[in-house]
Amino acid sequence: MLNMFEVIETNNMIEHEKLDVRTITMGISLLDCCDANLDELNRKIYEKITSYAKDLVKTGEEIARDFGVPIVNKRISVTPIALVGGCACKTPEDFVTIAKTLDRVAKEVGVNFIGGYSALVSKGMTTAEENLIRSIPQALAQTERVCSSVNVGSTKTGLNMDAVNLMGQIVRETAEATKENDSLGCAKLVVFCNAPDDNPFMAGAFHGVTEADAIINVGVSGPGVVKVALEKARGANFEVLCETIKKTAFKITRVGQLVAQEASKRLGVPFGIIDLSLAPTPAVGDSVAEILEEIGLERVGAPGTTAALAMLNDQVKKGGVMASSYVGGLSGAFIPVSEDQGMIDAVSLGALTIEKLEAMTCVCSVGLDMIAIPGDTPATTISGIIADEAAIGMINQKTTAVRVIPVIGKSVGDTVEFGGLLGYAPVMPVNRYSCEKFVTRGGRIPAPIHSFKN
Amino acid sequence: MDKIIITVVGKDTVGIIAKVCTYLAEKKVNILDISQTIVQEYFNMMMIADMEHADASFAQISEELEKLGEEIGVRIKCQREEIFTKMHRI
Repeated sequence: MLNMFEVIETNNMIEHEKLDVRTITMGISLLDCCDANLDELNRKIYEKITSYAKDLVKTGEEIARDFGVPIVNKRISVTPIALVGGCACKTPEDFVTIAKTLDRVAKEVGVNFIGGYSALVSKGMTTAEENLIRSIPQALAQTERVCSSVNVGSTKTGLNMDAVNLMGQIVRETAEATKENDSLGCAKLVVFCNAPDDNPFMAGAFHGVTEADAIINVGVSGPGVVKVALEKARGANFEVLCETIKKTAFKITRVGQLVAQEASKRLGVPFGIIDLSLAPTPAVGDSVAEILEEIGLERVGAPGTTAALAMLNDQVKKGGVMASSYVGGLSGAFIPVSEDQGMIDAVSLGALTIEKLEAMTCVCSVGLDMIAIPGDTPATTISGIIADEAAIGMINQKTTAVRVIPVIGKSVGDTVEFGGLLGYAPVMPVNRYSCEKFVTRGGRIPAPIHSFKN
Repeated sequence: MDKIIITVVGKDTVGIIAKVCTYLAEKKVNILDISQTIVQEYFNMMMIADMEHADASFAQISEELEKLGEEIGVRIKCQREEIFTKMHRI
């Protein structure tokens, strides 16, 4: 029988250490909505999503009440729209109508984000995919809840440098199109290498073509819980440290597993995966940076940061894997800047630079995330940042991503306020030397030698 | 069995357990186990109960217990058991 200490421990995690389930994301395939008529396509998309997701938010709230654990976000991911709209959309403007439909359906069912305004172009681009990519700035400017992602490379295919070059321009155009709101559109746009099909986290969630008709994926959270557990292991050696992280990750993930199973049962939609990521928020005590500092760094960004993050990420996975029947998505420690108070502080103090963040992405789950850069950063430089990050993913057989925000009209020294879970960020300096001749060569970077495993 | 965990935290006062138990009896919720402790004048109680034969829904019981807690000046939380067993039992 349960004892009082166990019950108090769990409730303390929820009430004082910010344990929550970050998101229940319902993945919905839109492949059967394909139609040559654009109006008909939009109608089918609206109906299919509404029919699956009409009870998603209500069910999420009921589960949160039954178990007494907050479920912060209820979201939807859909099949990459470049595939769904290819038949009907002949221009970028045609694609924007689908973005508006997605936005409307998101508001109708009450989810705060819908992901999947995406194109997977790791090797080449079809006309439809290029049209979708070119529509992204307007799609994000004219909608509120739509999230977009583009996969520009993979370990198996190499890097599509034409897409990398184009995405530098698209990120800039998106910043321009949303400059009235501090270029907020770029916070809803991710450029991936090795993008997973089952990621529940925004802005990069989409419902891959390898997935079933509908699926429930859950993203857990709990940096605060790990931080508090580590406070009790101050001064202990690495063995004790690692064991503490593993045990805590296990407990956090079990809550996610429970919520995922319940959501799956109540909605009648199969359970997909748990994403083990430690996802921070701008709230104090809910920060991955604070964990790294608790481990022994004066500030995140100090020498030793990459090693500490590598260890943290690995232990979180080891603890989490046993707690869940299926693990997937991004699964690791997120290191966004604007969404993590400890990261924001480290940047403000000059302890953390983009270059150090890039090194950290070699060992963490995602990439350069929610980083505000000067508004006059050239498109080719953004492409260079994307190429560097994608190369790390390609060579290390991991997912990497870039979500940078060139804030139009702002420069180093300014601060940008995105609001809510997206937080705020100091504008970070970017290396001013050009890579234009490199990123505009055209063509592909071939797949690395270790990808040929057959 | 349909087990729920009820936790009560707050300043110690006369009749906390009595009031919670009376309410549960009215709703035909069977109490399986109670443990209680006082830490620095703060009353901590955990109750494991079975609502299989309850004549009210979980949502109603949870809401009414919360209200009862406000009346007594303590915080009463009602949760399904699985969140604890999942976390603490392999």
